[in-house]
Amino acid sequence: MKFVLNRELVEENALAADTTLLRYLREYRRLCGTKEGCASGDCGACTVLLGALEDGRVRYRAVNACITPLAAANRRHLVTIESLSNSGRLHPAQREILEHHGSQCGFCTPGIVMSLAGLYQQLLTDNGPQPDRTQVCEAISGNLCRCTGYRPIIDAGLKIVHTSDESHRLDAQAQIDQLASIGHTETPPGYFQPTNRKELQQALAENPDAHLIAGGTDLMLEVTQRCRPLNTIIDLSRVAELHRIDERDGFIHLGAALSYREMESFFADRSPSIRTLLERIGSRQIRNRGTLGGNIANASPIADLPPLLLALDALVTLADAQGNEYHMPLSDFYRGYKKTALGSAQYLAEIRFPARTLSDFHRAYKVSKRREDDISAVMAAIRLRTGAGKYGEVFTEVRIAFGGMAATPARVAAAESALLGRALEDEDALNTALAAIATTLQPIGDVRASAAYRMQIAQNLLRSAWQSLLQERIGKRAAEVRHA
Amino acid sequence: MRRLPQALARADTLDAGIQKTVAHESAYKQVTGRAQYLDDIPEPPDMLHLATVGAAQACALIENIELDAARCAPGVVDIITQADIPGSPDVSPVFHGDLLLAGECVDYVGQPVVAIAATTLEAARRACAQVKVRYRAQQPRLSVQEALNQKDLVLPSQTLRCGDVDTAIANADHQLRGDIYLRGQEHFYLEGQISIAVPNEDGGVRVYSSSQHPAEVQKLVAQVLAVPLHRVQAEVRRMGGAFGGKESQAAALACMAAVFAVRNQRPVKYRMPRRDDMTQTGKRHDFWNQYRVGFDRDGVIRGVEMDLAALCGHSADLSDGVVDRAMFHADNAYFYPAARISGHRCRTNTVSNTAFRGFGGPQGMVAAEAMLDDIARALGADPLDVRKRNLYRGNRNTTPYGQTLDEELLPLIEQLEQTADYRNRRQQIRAFNASSARIKKGIALTPVKFGISFTSKHLNQAGALLHIYADGSIHVSHGGTEMGQGLHTKIAQIVARGFGVDLARVHVAATATDQVPNASPTAASAGTDLNGMAALNAVNTLKQRLLEHAAETYRADIEQIGIRDDQCWIGERAIPFNELIKGAYLARVSLSATGFYRTPGIGYDRAAARGRPFLYFATGAAASEVEVDLYTGEYRVTRVDILHDVGDSLNPAIDLGQVEGGFVQGMGWLTSEELLWNERGQILSNSPANYKIPTAGDVPEVFNVDFFNRSHLAGKADEETVFRSKAVGEPPLMLAISVWCALRDACASLADYRFSPPLGVPATPEQVYFCARAAKNFAEAQS
Repeated sequence: MKFVLNRELVEENALAADTTLLRYLREYRRLCGTKEGCASGDCGACTVLLGALEDGRVRYRAVNACITPLAAANRRHLVTIESLSNSGRLHPAQREILEHHGSQCGFCTPGIVMSLAGLYQQLLTDNGPQPDRTQVCEAISGNLCRCTGYRPIIDAGLKIVHTSDESHRLDAQAQIDQLASIGHTETPPGYFQPTNRKELQQALAENPDAHLIAGGTDLMLEVTQRCRPLNTIIDLSRVAELHRIDERDGFIHLGAALSYREMESFFADRSPSIRTLLERIGSRQIRNRGTLGGNIANASPIADLPPLLLALDALVTLADAQGNEYHMPLSDFYRGYKKTALGSAQYLAEIRFPARTLSDFHRAYKVSKRREDDISAVMAAIRLRTGAGKYGEVFTEVRIAFGGMAATPARVAAAESALLGRALEDEDALNTALAAIATTLQPIGDVRASAAYRMQIAQNLLRSAWQSLLQERIGKRAAEVRHA
Repeated sequence: MRRLPQALARADTLDAGIQKTVAHESAYKQVTGRAQYLDDIPEPPDMLHLATVGAAQACALIENIELDAARCAPGVVDIITQADIPGSPDVSPVFHGDLLLAGECVDYVGQPVVAIAATTLEAARRACAQVKVRYRAQQPRLSVQEALNQKDLVLPSQTLRCGDVDTAIANADHQLRGDIYLRGQEHFYLEGQISIAVPNEDGGVRVYSSSQHPAEVQKLVAQVLAVPLHRVQAEVRRMGGAFGGKESQAAALACMAAVFAVRNQRPVKYRMPRRDDMTQTGKRHDFWNQYRVGFDRDGVIRGVEMDLAALCGHSADLSDGVVDRAMFHADNAYFYPAARISGHRCRTNTVSNTAFRGFGGPQGMVAAEAMLDDIARALGADPLDVRKRNLYRGNRNTTPYGQTLDEELLPLIEQLEQTADYRNRRQQIRAFNASSARIKKGIALTPVKFGISFTSKHLNQAGALLHIYADGSIHVSHGGTEMGQGLHTKIAQIVARGFGVDLARVHVAATATDQVPNASPTAASAGTDLNGMAALNAVNTLKQRLLEHAAETYRADIEQIGIRDDQCWIGERAIPFNELIKGAYLARVSLSATGFYRTPGIGYDRAAARGRPFLYFATGAAASEVEVDLYTGEYRVTRVDILHDVGDSLNPAIDLGQVEGGFVQGMGWLTSEELLWNERGQILSNSPANYKIPTAGDVPEVFNVDFFNRSHLAGKADEETVFRSKAVGEPPLMLAISVWCALRDACASLADYRFSPPLGVPATPEQVYFCARAAKNFAEAQS
């Protein structure tokens, strides 16, 4: 594989398939500015930038080097803290952190500088204005600092464009030329990086037991946390077809390898609810790598997107090494705790849902201990379609789905039917639905929440959605919809 | 009046580095990635890496250990159990019971039983999985309540007493009881625990440790190796955060690395993966606090009885001092005319809890603040009014342990009450809550009074070593360690100001036991107070020599000679500092000196539970406002105002960083950071995936921090500290109690502020949800 490491074009073909970027940088290149804080993608001390050449420009994304496989750098520009200052002049992110006293123990500092450099670069590419507080906090949402309390870091972030200076562009012409010069590349032994479905099928046929990886934000923990080697890996993230995102034939089609980042802009106007939910998934670094397909296929009962996709009547497409495709509703995909319909040498290719569902009232709620980069205690997704009934507006389609309430993400049919056909303002119907949640779901208590709390807020979130709908449709002041 | 070493430092040298916002000495290196932490030091090719096998049981006898498979695992070089430790296996800081490797039994899940050295960390970790340990399990003890009931304690209980508390409570207008359970806190220093040991030719080692207490590392390494202390040197350049977690807990890693280094005569690195670190190293103590209070109709306290029970884990570690400090702060800023405050150190089959910023103080203080809120609710009064009525003031200024206070908190609180616009906002919040069904707001203004000094008297000493080289550059070593708090920066500023020279001349070296011996840990917020004074003392010794030399050389009266603005002045004539030093060297003047300091005037009689444990108190106050969603218990901290007294700040930027950072860390403890164990004694919150420290998005957007200007207290004697500065490391953490009280205030609004609903620590959304439910249930039962 070939890539640009800071300002140098390098070739690496001999390393193990599961070598992480962090290990490569620290142990093989002795670039120790990038730190290991947790080796699980939760602290951001190892943040580096990966730049991909797109239409003559390089798009940089901040990623956690600790859980990113080295091969993700193939044909990319890998930027570390060591190269950020240019001929002794500090990068704006470095200078502002320094001037705002944004470092104390300094261990998280390189990662924070890299995240801010990623924001700076993005604003430079997009000709964006000076970032606001929300953008800065979002950029460093995956960077833990235990010393400063963040205030000086946020202040530093607010100033980075103020001091904008083109000489700090990471995508200097020399690096663009280097990237453009990379032709066909090999990947390390055991690491397959197909770029289209045909190559993917071939890789699958030859390696039916390979681990499938996309963002790797979950799978790589096997390597870093459990010390289990991944000897054969098929990387889905470069398969062009799996990145398609469009609306056709009345459906929204989402390629399984789409990162959360790629989905953010697509849904920004189509569904504020989905956009808001996407902002609550992981951190900036995780959203840059983590994928829709991974969120579904790892079959976690507390995954963020599946309840929403269930509420939107999503269908999944599985494919195998021979190119056969299997279509099924997402609800059939889950077969039990951490079990799915995926067979050996099969992969999740696409998720689609009827576009019309987005014009229905829909809400997705995530409740967790911490707002950013946390795993949900409860996920709730509710879609309510209404239509004219004999005596007024009634519910004509109801979807109520939860995460964290059962062994898999699941709809609650009894609650749905309690509302179906009933009038919008019919609080008795709502109460029946709430009671149905209590009788059909048996959540567990664990490190994230007690069973009792899960049950109560699951019900409250349905009530919350119902009240929002009433307020929206009838203007009736049933309740406040503001969130704390 | 005590004689102060700063007497030589003249007022006209004030601008030489002090009260200047200079950047942290490592800041440039940190932002460029060049600041070196232990794991960044290039590894020699023969370096070994360590991993340990942790106990699978919380309480069990070890029946058998099977090592054969592990010995054959790839990369494995050496394996040890307790029997292979040449000296003492006990690595306790003060008492005993902290074993480097378990012996006949294990006392908590994760306790190291076997240690493996291999050519890579992965090889060592994989080999650990090959070790089979057979246990005979016994029933573990996991709760503090159970341990307290069974009187299963790691150390004896203690009591502070003043007045006739039972009569005082009985005769008061009102009586209340309450209890609160406070969970502990994981330090989550970003740099995990790490040590490197390099064998020397004398059978000892040089140890590079991420430790707040190199002298103790040296001592314990010497003990496990069974060699005299002079065979061992411990060195600390910087830590990637510590917060108390590297005061006693770092030593075991150094000891383990040292044992392997000497056995194999190879350099050894022991770096704990995060999960091991969160499982095998101690945390802030859980506390179960119970109180009984009597107060009059204005809410003025007549008598308080408190029982503070700490979950110490399986051994004493530093729990003696931690519980002492909890007891010393169970009054926070309030005068208890009669009090009986008992502290209990409960033994459980969990990891041994340890120092954490505040050192028990926060847990005692939360008890006081919860009680003050309860009193206010019982009377229907504003909690701030009740707090103000109970503050230490005038002749109501003696603590339950007999120390009298010079500090008055009322002026500080009243200033914050104004600047934070507390009264208006209280009214607005009441109005908002009355019209809002789902969202409730809350506000609270709480003070902090925190005692400064180690409560173990002997630790209140410090040393420094100062060299001036022939080129005029100055090298300082001192006993304190740099963990991000800016100690080295402040010491450099103190030395520069003491001499009257440019800050750029001064270099603070890595902390090392062969530079300054027998140093105390860098802890108790006293790093600058102690080491700064020691460094200043060394400065004064050398400065006196230089002045005498100058007087002789330039035939002038010593009174006419001074050093300021980086020059030596003989009357009106200025000699460059370099010139002065060069001349002094040629004249054979010794340009090296040590400095020493011991805190004067302190002393505490533990048996009588009376005395003056603290040189002075650091003070501050915070007002926090929150917004709670009753549907889920989710909340936001919307505004925080802080007024804190740092004395004459040595470096305002560093002090501000301590105040803000301490506050946010305290807020994490009180809100989102939840430590949990299962019924088998396994820690569930064992990684940042399930233990949540604050992120940038949790920091209040309106976050006003100000330093209290003590000219407001004209006439009051200032503390005798280095350049009249005040300790700032720990006290701000407890300002965050205002957030916890504000959350409870928001919930109490549901019961028209006539009921104090129970709220645990941490106040996770779940806890807040059930707190609000309790208030609602109370209100419904009343109507």
